[in-house]
Amino acid sequence: MGLGSTVIKGGTVLDQRGEKRVDVRIEGGLVTEVGAALQGDRMLDASGCIVSPGFVDLHVHLREPGREEAETIETGSRAAARGGFTAIVAMPNTEPPHDSLAVVEMVRRLGVQAGLCEVLPSGCITINRAGEVLAPMAELAAAGVHIFTDDGTGVQDPLLMRRALEYGKSLGILLAQHCEVSRLTEGAVMHEGGCCARLGVPGWPSVAEELMVFRDIELSRLTGAPIHFLHLSTAKSVDLVRGAKAEGLRVTAEAAPHHFTLTDDLLNGFDPIFKVNPPLRELTDVLAVKRGLADGTIDAIATDHAPHAPELKEMPLDQAPPGMLGLETSLALSISELGLDLQQVVALLSWQPAAIAGVADRHGRPIEVGEPANITVFDPNLAWTVSAAGLASKSRNTPYAGRTVRGKVRHTVFGGTAVVIDGEAQR
Amino acid sequence: MKHLRSIDELGVDGLRRLLDLSDHMAEINRRPVPKVPALRNKTVVSLFFEDSTRTRLSFETAAKRLSADTMSFSVGTSSVNKGESLRDTIETVAAMGVDAFVVRHKSSGVPWQISRWTEASVVNAGDGWHEHPTQAILDCYTVRTALNRPEGFDGMHIAIVGDIKHSRVARSNVWAFASLGARITLVAPHTLLPPSLEGWPVDVVHNIDDIIDRVDVLYMLRMQRERMHEALVPSLREYTAQFGLTPGRADRLQSHALVMHPGPMNRGVEMAVDPGELPGSVITQQVTNGVSVRMAVLFDLLGSGSALVGEASS
Repeated sequence: MGLGSTVIKGGTVLDQRGEKRVDVRIEGGLVTEVGAALQGDRMLDASGCIVSPGFVDLHVHLREPGREEAETIETGSRAAARGGFTAIVAMPNTEPPHDSLAVVEMVRRLGVQAGLCEVLPSGCITINRAGEVLAPMAELAAAGVHIFTDDGTGVQDPLLMRRALEYGKSLGILLAQHCEVSRLTEGAVMHEGGCCARLGVPGWPSVAEELMVFRDIELSRLTGAPIHFLHLSTAKSVDLVRGAKAEGLRVTAEAAPHHFTLTDDLLNGFDPIFKVNPPLRELTDVLAVKRGLADGTIDAIATDHAPHAPELKEMPLDQAPPGMLGLETSLALSISELGLDLQQVVALLSWQPAAIAGVADRHGRPIEVGEPANITVFDPNLAWTVSAAGLASKSRNTPYAGRTVRGKVRHTVFGGTAVVIDGEAQR
Repeated sequence: MKHLRSIDELGVDGLRRLLDLSDHMAEINRRPVPKVPALRNKTVVSLFFEDSTRTRLSFETAAKRLSADTMSFSVGTSSVNKGESLRDTIETVAAMGVDAFVVRHKSSGVPWQISRWTEASVVNAGDGWHEHPTQAILDCYTVRTALNRPEGFDGMHIAIVGDIKHSRVARSNVWAFASLGARITLVAPHTLLPPSLEGWPVDVVHNIDDIIDRVDVLYMLRMQRERMHEALVPSLREYTAQFGLTPGRADRLQSHALVMHPGPMNRGVEMAVDPGELPGSVITQQVTNGVSVRMAVLFDLLGSGSALVGEASS
């Protein structure tokens, strides 16, 4: 963080306390003054913009180590900062995966070096994400890992999942499940339904997700340990989580923008850009995910940002890897497509995921004197057209290229430093 | 027509046009020298990423009878085995000057991907479980000639029996037969049907004996032995007993009914009779007609109206 003060001027502060037209002064990494007509050494124009707590993404694939041709911690952090995120949870399915202290510490250190947002490494539930032996959860938790997941795959063995919940409960960490009963999705390419039947590709039935959501709700009930559900994609999954919450169970959930904006019929042209796991589903599922976000069943919008090198997304549909970019389009899609008021959109992007990620002491804080200065400034009305080449990610696999959306990040302040100014990353 | 990737894309008018053109090609094929200069100086490349005998030979024969230059590619001897990507393979071959690619691939959708990377026409010779449009056209042509129904298939009842779920032939034939007016019944256990038939112009029965004496065409699909391992049917023996064409069932066919099969047949499984002894079998005609139909397809994609008038040359 530089010397002197920075003032965010002319915007509307929107946080969990409400909305007010004030300027914000930042010094030494903290908010030092909130008030009218402030002056500082550096001014960030926020006229017409919302000034909100920084966003937190619970679900990002940074690909480093192992797949640096698709993304690095630095390029992914840059995409995150441009998307308004001040903290991101790095998924564990790297090569090697996050099942040892060495890898977790390396990911964190590379995040610090990039200096664009806080990179929070998740930890594997099982060694090599193989679903057989628990990873050293206590050791990783002691190093600051809060979210444990085998994302990319679900923990298939119900006994092992029960043990992980019981063991993790004593550590105060959170297990996050990628819900997919693998035996029901072998070879699956897309959502199992009318489109898949016509296109002649193996289907990914909704029930493969729902069975695991149900199982883990019951295991959470049995063990008393909390469970977080990654990327809910089906109407029934949303209903199951809604029911569990109504019973007071310790359940949280996230949804990805592509699951509330895109449907399976986009695969009619066999373009792997639309292949993702869990897959794009039907309109009824999209509407259910939207309802879940609106009524509080789903706690967070998480991107499942999954970069892939172009040659992999040009393979035949059944061989191409699943996944799509998300960091730089998440805010705009949330504003444009959800029909929620901005307070609710920001809650889903900021303080609610911050609490799940265990970083509510420093991210998603209200914008008040003495709070850490992790702040996003965005124009909620600016219309722009997504272009793959215009994204900071090292990969180009956005399904939204050419789509005009509304809402764009203007500045991102991370740890008191303006890392994005007028949409441009500063490092 | 730029590409032939699916029956839907072809449309009923295109289908009828190709059937009429196939009559003309069949006439050429009956000549002592069945060759015309219609596609001279055109290059047709067969890209078969999956094994095939009859489809590949049929396309190559068709191209040669129209005097096209042909190039052939098979995975076993190609750079694909050195890790070359599909796109690089296409762009490399296209750079040699190609007018049409004839593509067979085990993955559904590959002809659509290829058509995004080349200016050449793309003919789908079978993609995964998805479509096999020239098979559907030659089957329509076979029915049309064998039952003498040039005007269309109104009132005709066609049963397609067997593994619909994994069949590109079924996914093309259902729409082709239906667009010409036929009534279609699928005959299969639920494990061998697609997960949804919403929007498909078909009825479904699970017992072949319910309809075998009423159909005008009995279309038998190949039952792949691998399916046994996926718990889709308990055993081949049970499959044959429930869905196979046995001598007893053959006796119940109407006298005019056709028996068809896209090949290769599994004798003793779906075909538990010798097709040579079935009066209604047109399985050999399907293969013969395949050449005429593929000539029609290639000519429609690459030829011009006047070229055919030139008639036979050497």
